[in-house]
Amino acid sequence: MNLLAVENLQARHGLLQAVRGVSFALHKGETLALVGANGAGKTTLLRTIAGAHPASGGRVRLNGTDIDDRPAHQRAAMGIALVPEGRKLFSRMTVEENLLLARAAGRPGRWTVDAVMQAFPNLQKRRRHLTAHLSGGEQQATAIGRALMTNPDVLLLDEVSLGLSPLVVDQVYAQLESLMASGTTILLVEQDLRRALRVADRVMCMLEGSIVLEGAARDLTREQVTEAYFGLGRATVAGIPA
Amino acid sequence: MMIWLNQIIQGVLLGGYYALIACGLSFMFSVMRIINLAHGSLAILAAFGLFVLASRLGLSPFLGLLIVLPAMAAVGWLLQRTVLERSLRGGLLVPILSTFGLSIVIDNLLFQQFGADTRSLAPYIGDLSYSSWAITDDIDIGQLAVLTLAAAIVLLGGLQLFLTRTSLGRAIRATAEDPDTVGLIGIDARRVNATAAAIAMVTVGIAGAFLAMRATFNPYSGGQQLVFAFEAAVIGGAGSLWGTLGGGIVLGVAQSIGAQIDPQGFLITGHVVFLAVLFARLYPSRFALQLPRLRRQPA
Amino acid sequence: MSPLGSMRVQRWTPLSVGSVAVSVAVLVLLAFGPALFSPNVIDKLTTLFIYVLLAITWNALAGYGGLVSIGQQAFFGLGAYAAVRLTHAGMSVYPALILAAILVAAVSVPLSAFMLRLRAGEFAIGMWVVAELLHLLVNLDGLIQGETGTSLIALDAYSAVARRALTYWTALGSMTVLLVLLLVLLRSPTGAAIQAIRDSEEAAASVGVRVLTTKRVIFVVAAFGAALAGALWLSTTITFQPKTYFSVQWTAYMIFMVLVGGLGTFEGPIIGAVIFFLVGTWFGADGVWYLIGLGATALVFALFLPRGLWGWVDTRFGLRLLPVGYRVVAGREPPAVPAIQTPHIRS
Repeated sequence: MNLLAVENLQARHGLLQAVRGVSFALHKGETLALVGANGAGKTTLLRTIAGAHPASGGRVRLNGTDIDDRPAHQRAAMGIALVPEGRKLFSRMTVEENLLLARAAGRPGRWTVDAVMQAFPNLQKRRRHLTAHLSGGEQQATAIGRALMTNPDVLLLDEVSLGLSPLVVDQVYAQLESLMASGTTILLVEQDLRRALRVADRVMCMLEGSIVLEGAARDLTREQVTEAYFGLGRATVAGIPA
Repeated sequence: MMIWLNQIIQGVLLGGYYALIACGLSFMFSVMRIINLAHGSLAILAAFGLFVLASRLGLSPFLGLLIVLPAMAAVGWLLQRTVLERSLRGGLLVPILSTFGLSIVIDNLLFQQFGADTRSLAPYIGDLSYSSWAITDDIDIGQLAVLTLAAAIVLLGGLQLFLTRTSLGRAIRATAEDPDTVGLIGIDARRVNATAAAIAMVTVGIAGAFLAMRATFNPYSGGQQLVFAFEAAVIGGAGSLWGTLGGGIVLGVAQSIGAQIDPQGFLITGHVVFLAVLFARLYPSRFALQLPRLRRQPA
Repeated sequence: MSPLGSMRVQRWTPLSVGSVAVSVAVLVLLAFGPALFSPNVIDKLTTLFIYVLLAITWNALAGYGGLVSIGQQAFFGLGAYAAVRLTHAGMSVYPALILAAILVAAVSVPLSAFMLRLRAGEFAIGMWVVAELLHLLVNLDGLIQGETGTSLIALDAYSAVARRALTYWTALGSMTVLLVLLLVLLRSPTGAAIQAIRDSEEAAASVGVRVLTTKRVIFVVAAFGAALAGALWLSTTITFQPKTYFSVQWTAYMIFMVLVGGLGTFEGPIIGAVIFFLVGTWFGADGVWYLIGLGATALVFALFLPRGLWGWVDTRFGLRLLPVGYRVVAGREPPAVPAIQTPHIRS
């Protein structure tokens, strides 16, 4: 069964329609990468799924349950966790406190503060430091760890590489890949096409609020994705029956 | 010389009360960015609650708190859900206007119910209201005043521990910093804010009790208490709870010394010291003294 | 829709020309009041003018400057006190009322440098502290005898009839001057700055609007208006008791009038003052329930209709009686309904 099913989802920013009828499904254990240019609606789509942005139409189902009228905190309790763009850590609290906060979701599971420290060893010695004083990579690790602490069924990651040096991005992705290997279901937004194609099982490309390309990562070439990315070949929609 | 020392000691003790009344104002501001203009009126409401329990049912004010404090918590919860939540959505100015409107309603409802007479809980607490320890010939320390200061320290310390050591306390701090993000990790910001408002009102209830025991009050005393609370909170820098204690003590000592200079000087000195601290803080380059600000630093 | 080239900016609409003409006619008619109306009506109208004065200046402060003050009674009381002092020094009453307000406005200039650095709630209560302090300081003046207060004895120089008429004219004149002053201010470059600040202080500052200077102008005008109202109130009640004049109730009245009429609109506060006046006349301005009603009404308007009655009319019908702000009109002929309108106020 599909873990997460999105049907004809719509969302707006005032008069601007940011997400226009997006539909897709996410299977348990898979990694789906969402690519697209700035302003394509990727962040809004993720925030709408997480309940942080109101949908103006369509449905979102988690494990077969309709969650459209649930606020963000209830969706977290049901198993959706979003690592937001810009990380949004609580800067006046320590790493440990940031992690502990996520226990509010009330979902038991394998993720504890110690488990996060093991998954992200660079946080170990920063445990009692204020997050404001961390490096970008450490902050990103804390943000991912905080989302994992809710023991989610599905993890939404919004541009985890934003503002990080290439070396640190590699490090964060190495940690992510071990998460993927352990069977965590992930929907990630990534600007770097090469990286998206490498880590994901499937790739979706968004353009002006709609999905214009979807397919298994191994079947897609960078050229195909690039075309869709810039809206050069709108007619080519791989993987979606016409 | 002894007279001045005495005034300072009395001022410190009085500061305990100001810290108590400022605690809730400062707490609410740091969590929800609201300066609740009905703060003083709500303290007077609690005082009248205790007064009714004491005068009609013969209930000691300390026992009365067992009824009044839960009631104040409920008031805080309702206040958040009905007035503050909606006000906050209207921008910066609406909470000021709505809570001010609320204070007028509370003051005048109390006046309608209890008339203009000044009341006090002093008659209901036995000799605690006047008992004191004689330290020297010139210095007497009132037991109630010491109790007030102790209550302030316990309350502020307790609140500090609560905020740093409990999951609800952490949730309150996180919500204060970023109410939009807490939802993503399963925290219901509305509920947390309502809980914080309930806690703030419990502290207001405690402050109201001590006000009513150590002094007199009437339905229109709320405004004055708001001003005192605000002054103590600003002097102390409302970010930190211990700062609030310091602010209360500075205000208390200033008033106490002012009263020694001139009978009219009590309030004047308090206001002048408040404005002087504000001035020193607003022009930090010209004054070396830089104290914490009431405004939070942008994250 | 016409192309952009044929659009023009319109300030005067036929409606606003008409309503300005009517306003001027009403003011001229009111100037003959003492010859036309009974003494009772004259007294009532004097009160109304003072209310309008309070409402429009508090609105200028909060609605245009974004500065909610809970301490305008500071200027109200100080204005009355200054009038007492000036007449005591031998000045004749009516010039003293005006000079008192000018002096208070002068005092508000250095005060503004200080208070305007505070934000939102801090400014609101900070002003209250200032009012409390001024109240206490005025009490120290031997002439005032503490809370006992004193009277404007110099008014004895006039007969009751002359006193009534002179007070009426001074109030009418003051109100008119302030209305015109605010209208001119809003139509000046400062007015454009005010609108910019109201929409977004940061954005205004970034395009070079001198936010602090603009706010200071408003602060001083508001202080002047409140002081004038206080001095005028003194001439209607004769007695000066510090407690009455420095009462926060005055600010409560201002807030009520402005919130009900329409915060940040030009016409709203005037309507609010009329409503406040009528409510006070009908229900008696002293009752406790009256005050509870005022507080509750202010609360309800703040929560549910923050732009007040006029704001509601404005959004609903796009009606604008007085020529403040601009509207962009397509084509040569003004359409029945204005196409695009400058936002009147962001609440």
